[in-house]
Amino acid sequence: MNIFGPMWLSVQLALVTTLVLVLIGTPIAWWLSQTKLKLKPAVQAIVAMPIVLPPTVLGFYLLILLGPDGAIGSWWVQLTGSALTFSFTGLVVASCVYSLPFAVQPMQNAFESLPKQHLERAWTLGASRLDAFFSVAVPLSVRGFVSGIVLSFAHTLGEFGVVLMVGGNIPGETRVVSIAIYDHVESLNYAAAHQMSLLLIGFAFVVLAAMFVINRRWSEG
Amino acid sequence: MIHLRHKLSRKDFVLDIDVQVPDIGITGVFGESGSGKTTLLRCIAGLDQEGGLPVHKRNIGYVFQKPGLFPHLTVRGNIEYGARRAATSRVDSASVIDMLGIGGLLDRKPDSLSGGEAQRVAIAAALLRSPDLVLMDEPLASLDGKRKDELLPYFDRLHDELSVPVIYVSHDIEEISRLCDHLVLLDDGKVVASGGLLDVVSRVDVPVLSGRNAGVVLWATPVDHEDGLTKFDFGDGDIWVAGKFEASKSPLRLRIAANDVSITRDRPASTTILNILRATVEEVRSVDTAIALVRLGAGNQDLLARVTNRSVRRLGLKPGDRVFAQVKSVTVRH
Repeated sequence: MNIFGPMWLSVQLALVTTLVLVLIGTPIAWWLSQTKLKLKPAVQAIVAMPIVLPPTVLGFYLLILLGPDGAIGSWWVQLTGSALTFSFTGLVVASCVYSLPFAVQPMQNAFESLPKQHLERAWTLGASRLDAFFSVAVPLSVRGFVSGIVLSFAHTLGEFGVVLMVGGNIPGETRVVSIAIYDHVESLNYAAAHQMSLLLIGFAFVVLAAMFVINRRWSEG
Repeated sequence: MIHLRHKLSRKDFVLDIDVQVPDIGITGVFGESGSGKTTLLRCIAGLDQEGGLPVHKRNIGYVFQKPGLFPHLTVRGNIEYGARRAATSRVDSASVIDMLGIGGLLDRKPDSLSGGEAQRVAIAAALLRSPDLVLMDEPLASLDGKRKDELLPYFDRLHDELSVPVIYVSHDIEEISRLCDHLVLLDDGKVVASGGLLDVVSRVDVPVLSGRNAGVVLWATPVDHEDGLTKFDFGDGDIWVAGKFEASKSPLRLRIAANDVSITRDRPASTTILNILRATVEEVRSVDTAIALVRLGAGNQDLLARVTNRSVRRLGLKPGDRVFAQVKSVTVRH
């Protein structure tokens, strides 16, 4: 329980975050791939910011924003009666922001490499924009989706700084595996830290290797 | 008739089209690169403008220069894509598949097809959408000469068996002359001539058709074979063409390029040219400082000769003169 509790919490967080990111990241990636607006670089920069910002900066502002007095946090308190910070839901929101570029960028790349003529043909064959998106763009961008899903899942699993800032260290609620490892090291419990760390290393390797195998299969057709 | 009226302004190009074309047969749209042919097709399909009826509601079949089949679907999936989304199904899929000779390809994936096969599948997909109008944007241009020759007979069949009107864009006058019934000439985004193919191509006053594209299309009936040649009855004389064409009652379409016709006052006694036709000069028009186009009446049909202004002066050619036209080469649609 001591090992698998935090591990399971991390997996839950990563699963929920990935699901949310596919739902909100796909339209963002599609919009970025199709738009000709001058606004595009600005939106791209905002989406990519979590890659370069220190997690503490991100976590700091998320803490303020999600806190009971913050713009989102106060609205959430009114709606549900409980605070977003130091809760699992708050972690999901923070993780989505933190991992957004890892979901959006591979999907956007896949959409952008789609020949324009495929969509135009689909339209002339009677498909609406939405129909053409699902019947042509999505099946031809599977690689982008696989990369986006795997990367956001793995990236969420490995996050530390943002979780610490926004979620703290509440067992069963916000005490994810990276926090637990930090805790064990702090209290000089190296055996437990080793167990969790090795599990995470093995997991990261398997997931990434699987993704590269899938991508290679795909490119070989 | 189909009324095409489209206006579109870009930075350095204005398309302004207002023309009627027949609602049967194939209408060719001919012009040099940059004359606005593709832009016109894209406007008709709704691909190039914001607003207006969305593309998928226009019920138009579009065949692109490159087939661009969906790589994740089989050939069958590709041709059913449009059929499944068609409001009405007026086209029999079995007959289209047969007409285009793709019955054996249905379970293949697009990346295993040759360019010509892929283009035939793309045409089938467009037809099975049951469109009111089919737009073809240089469908042969991406193929090499041999593949093109393989594909042309399928277009002939489409022409003979299809009831849906087609607008066919090309910068190849040979292709247009072979396939189309009606011709629209575009230059710099505007229609410079429009009408029946035979009438438009024999005009000498259209700059687009004054250069190497000048030439006439005419009908003649194959009547006899000799020495590997076929004799075509041409009203007032015969035309011999290399190759064997079955004798029939129905005339075939011949094209004679203006560059391949020369004019003499007297019937030449000894020449390698087989086809020497009696003709009457109908119109002489100088197209630039050196070159003139001469329209000749031969039998009940027209010929065009592309000659030098100097020759026109030397021979003193003027309308009404009786001359002989030497025809060096003829292409036949077979």
